[in-house]
Order: sequence, then C-alpha cells, then structure tokens
Amino acid sequence: MSAAHWRKAMNFTDAGRSWSGGRAIAPPRQTTRTAAGSATTSRGWLQSWRQIGARHVAVLLAVLVYPWIVPPFFTYQIGGQALVLGLIALSLTFLAGYGGMLSLAQMTVAGIAGYIVAILGASGTPEISLGWPWWLVVVLAIAGGTLAATLIGWLSVRTEGIYTIMITLAVGMAFFYLAQQNYAIFNGFQGFQKVVPPVVLGVDWRQPMPFYYLALFWALAGYLFVKYLIRAPFGIALQGVRDNARRMSALGFSPVAHRVAAYAVAGFIASIGGVLLVWYNGLITPGSVGTSWMINILIVAVLGGMRHPVGPFIGAVVFVLLQNFAIDLIDRERFNLVIGLVFLVIVLFSPDGLLGWWDKLREWASRRMAQSRTNPVRGNGWRSIGVAQVRPAGRR
Amino acid sequence: MSFARRWFWAWLFGLPVLALTIWGIADNQRLFLVTALNGLTLAALYFLVASGFTLVFGLLRNVNLAHGSLYLLGAYVGWVAGEYLGSWFLAVAAGFLFAALMGLLLQIGVFRFMHGQDLRQTMATIALSIIAADVALWVWGGEIYQFDPPRWIIGATALPIVGKFPTYRLVLLAMAIVIGLALWWFLARTRVGMMIRAGVDDRAMLSASGIDVQMVFAITFAIGAGLAGFAGVVGGTALSIAPGEDTRYLLASLVVVIVGGMGSVAGAALGAVLVGVAEQFGLAYAPTYGIVFSFVIMALVLAFRPQGILGRRA
Repeated sequence: MSAAHWRKAMNFTDAGRSWSGGRAIAPPRQTTRTAAGSATTSRGWLQSWRQIGARHVAVLLAVLVYPWIVPPFFTYQIGGQALVLGLIALSLTFLAGYGGMLSLAQMTVAGIAGYIVAILGASGTPEISLGWPWWLVVVLAIAGGTLAATLIGWLSVRTEGIYTIMITLAVGMAFFYLAQQNYAIFNGFQGFQKVVPPVVLGVDWRQPMPFYYLALFWALAGYLFVKYLIRAPFGIALQGVRDNARRMSALGFSPVAHRVAAYAVAGFIASIGGVLLVWYNGLITPGSVGTSWMINILIVAVLGGMRHPVGPFIGAVVFVLLQNFAIDLIDRERFNLVIGLVFLVIVLFSPDGLLGWWDKLREWASRRMAQSRTNPVRGNGWRSIGVAQVRPAGRR
Repeated sequence: MSFARRWFWAWLFGLPVLALTIWGIADNQRLFLVTALNGLTLAALYFLVASGFTLVFGLLRNVNLAHGSLYLLGAYVGWVAGEYLGSWFLAVAAGFLFAALMGLLLQIGVFRFMHGQDLRQTMATIALSIIAADVALWVWGGEIYQFDPPRWIIGATALPIVGKFPTYRLVLLAMAIVIGLALWWFLARTRVGMMIRAGVDDRAMLSASGIDVQMVFAITFAIGAGLAGFAGVVGGTALSIAPGEDTRYLLASLVVVIVGGMGSVAGAALGAVLVGVAEQFGLAYAPTYGIVFSFVIMALVLAFRPQGILGRRA
C-alpha cells in the first residue's frame, strides 16, 4: 500500500491535510537540550494551568458532586460504567485519532487484562483461579494486557489503513473463540464469576460510591495522560506519522516504532480499563470480549468524536444512557437495533461525532458574533489538536 | 525473492508439514483422510464466502464487514423461499438473488455517496451488520434452521479408504470448484470482467476511458454480495443457520483474504484451502485449540508476507 493509497484511505487530500494540527505540531524537538527543555516544560505547565477555563472547573465539580445527588443506581450503573467504558474507548481515541490506526482489538486487550485478573486472582472458580494478592494481580494484568497490545500492534502495523481494522477484528474474534472453546485456562463458555474488587484501606471498592471515585480517578488520570502525551514529543511525532509516514521517516523517525509504541500506550490504558471493567461486572465471560463489545467500544469512541480525549467519555455517557433508557421506549430486546441506527446516523451525518456537532454549534455562534462585531472570534481549541481521520473529504 | 530464499522458506514450512502428514497417515490413515476431505469441503465453503468479499475489496477498496450479514440474510431468505416453494434449488437462487439485491441497494444507496472514504464506508458496514443481525434475530428468532435438500444429495457416498462420506460435502466441493472456474472465466474472458480487472488496477484510468464506473461497481457489489447469499444457503445446508453464523463467516472471510492476499480471487482459493484444512486438522487432532491454528497461519503470513500470499503490493 503506497503513501498515496494510505492518504486516500484516510481521506487526506493534500489541501485537506493542510497541517491543521499546525499549532500542535509547531514545537520542534527541544528536549535534547536539557536547560532549554526544562524551561519550556515549566512554561508549558504554566500555560496549561492558564488554559483551565470555567467549563473545566464546572465539569470537574459536576463529576465530583454527581454521586452525592443521585441514587446509587446512577452512581454505579450509569456513572461507573460510563467512566470505565470511556477509559477503554479513550485508548481507541488515542490510537485512531492521533495514531491513525483504527483498532477493534482494544476490548480484547481489556478482556485479556480482565481474564488475567480472574485467573490469577480470586474468583468463583477456585479450580482455575490462583488467588494471588490483588496488588500483584493488578500489576500483572496491566503488564499482560500491555504486552498483548504490543504484540497485536506489532502484527498489525505491518499493513496500513483499512487493513488494520480487518486484522485487529480477526485477532479479537480469534481471542473470543479461543476463550469460548478453551476450558483449561479460560473456563470456556461460563468464564469466571465473582471477581470482586478487594477491600483496601477499610473501603469496599465494590460499593457504588467508592467504585465511582475509583473509576473517576483512573478516567481523569487517563484523560490527563493522553492530553499530556499528545503535546509531548512522542505524541507530536505520532501525529506526524499519521499525517505522512514517508515524510516522518525521511526526517529520521521510525514510523513502525512509533506505531507499535502507540499500541503499547493504548494497551496500557485499555488494560486499566479492563481491570476496572471486570470489577464493575463482577464477572468475565467470552461474551465480554465478543464481537459486539469490540464494536461497542468503536461506537462509543465514534459517537463522542475522535478529535479530543474528552470524546470517548461523552460517547460513553450517551451509550450507557441509551442502553439503560432508550430501550424502555421501544423494546428491551432491540437495543442492538437502536445502537446500530444511532451509529449509522453518526457515521453518515456527523463523522466527527457529538464533538463535531458541538464544533458546528460554536462555529455558527462565532459566525453570528462575527456578523455583529467586525472581527471574527478565533481560537477553537479542538481544531488545533488533530485531524479527524473520519472527517469527510468535502468538509473543512 | 531469490531462488535460494524461496527454497529456504519452502523447506522451513514444508518439512514440518510433510513430517506431520507422514505421521498422520502412518498413525491413522482413515482419520487423516476424512479430516483432509472435511477440511477441503470447509475450504470450499470458505472460498464461496470469501471470494465475494475479496472481489468487492479489490475493486471498491471497501472492507465490507456486513459480508457475514449478507451470508446470514441470504440463508434465512433462502430458507423461507425453500419452505414456501418446496424446492432447494429455488432456495439457492432466492438466497443469491436476495443478497445480490441487498448488495446493489447498499452500493447505490449508501456507499456511492462515500466513495473514496474507506474508513467511513467500513464503519457504515459495521453499523449495517449490527442492524441486520438484530433484524434477523427479530424476524427469525434464535432457533436453528435446517434446509431440506433433495434426497440424492443428502445420502452418503462410499469412497476408498475413507468409507462412507456425506455426498453433500462432495457436492459442495464440486460447486466451489465450478463457481471458482466460472468466476475466473467471468473475470478473464468477458467484457465486464475485463472492466472489473481494469478497475482493480486503476480506477481513475478506467473512468477516463469512458466506462461507467458506477455501473461496474454496482455489478461487482451485486455479484460479491450474491456469492455471500449463495454460500449462505449452500453452507446452511451443510451445517445449519443460526444467529452468530454471520460473525463466524465474517471471521473466516477476513482470515482467508488476509492469508491469501486481498483483492485476489486465486488468493482467496489458496487461503480458503489453507485455513479450512488447518481448522479441521486442529479440530481433529487438538480440539479446543482449533481456532488457534488458523490464527497462527494468519500471524505467520502477516509477519513474513504482509500483503498476503498472492497479494500484490498496492
């Protein structure tokens, strides 16, 4: 697959590519000189503090206060689940939005971490589960998930573009069938029940409120990590590889190494999400890593929008709300139909997801402002970070 | 690839396979041959599904992840037609025609508007496959359906060494070979086939030479989808139809075309044989790890020949 094909596959016309990540890409590699490097970093931190606006504070306060004002069902089933799913989808957003690799195997990575928790830790199947201490199990699960993600990445970066989606889908399905057919390790169709979070510091983390805050902590950590990473030299090089791998390799960067590293980072995030997910559900079965969940993660990420790390969390909230309430309006059995239609509508009409609609709204508002005043308002924060790979060719 | 390197790889993979073959024949001749025949018939089914997938991919660059759904919908509609019309052959025709019509509608109604945006098309096919699977579950429920083929097909045929072997599987094998040859003839000898091949090589040039490319795309999509529906009825007769078969055959097509090389019909045949035989041998000699065998083949091909065995570097 040539660069031209790749560009075509990712909808980059030469004009459309246009370095719309201009501001993000602008800082060169200044880490080589330590003094200048540390100076810019501290300035960078100051700048990032200055970037915190009223809306950030409002959202943070809202998510912190949220469990105190809603019933436990909303804390756990809506809040907790949305945060965990958002965290897993965040790994896909990082990989696809900033690395240009649409992997369907993120749920598989999360599932591998979850299975490791169930197999090495305690579960309702003592014949297989080893019952090791929870901290060791969690560390091993995250390490194992990251390793698996690296291997998947190493396999799939050998081909590019839409091939990635096929290969990761095949890998994920193969893992699903393996987990379903194998009884010695994965306990086959039943999987593992009663995989509960430990009681640490006298807190039962399975209770709605502690679990919500646990998930919130890791979701915030993941969000800030991705936010930091996309401005760090690695993230900027990764976006360069996404936009033009050939040019980056001419500049001395290794596209393959950056892509595999991106898989590893995304796998790390997904593994944390996987550990939280198995604790949230209290069980893991082949169904948790089946095709429908692999695709649900994609839906969550696309629904929110892949242009900003907040997208997957918005998508997850909408997804979980749909899952719990929209089906009451139609038919409990027809959830897949509803979510499929929503996904289709998003893909057909708003390829940037809900964030795209938000952007359009802001654009419209700023145009109205510009009409009333003479100078137009600029400075759309999201536009600067990434080119959405799912943006239609006609729009810019 | 140089002569020496080619031989090196041939020996590296050929010797263990040869050794296992000799061991298998020496150990249990009948089991080995039955497994090989089963593998070939499974390969025939995989080829029927994957050839449509690879044809569509080669020309339209559209990874149609709803291909499995077309298989399942074709099978269900074929079953209904067979039930009402009382003829298995009409069921096959109905499955083919319905899936072809669905493919045509998809191409004209959805994908035409997203031309060149592969990723968006692929995601649209994912959405459609979710919807199709749920609609099929809604209409036909979770039961398992069996076809009612003519008497002479479902009996058993006596073969040397193997003994009795289901006739239908042999028919399936023959059908796949006939379809494969027909597809080759269509692509290599007819005018439309020539257009399709030209489109695979260079779409823009084909369009520039005054050919209605949208027409060629629609025909290709219809044939590819129709083959999936055809395989649905034919494969549903060999096994059965139930929810979940769509993802199974989607996985099979994915692995087959990744192994064989995307966009190549001959590659689909080769990939189908490799994957089908490996899966059956895995099932017979190492049950519960059957799926791992086809996966290992895929990983090896990706590691050493990322474009697939017969694929060309685009």
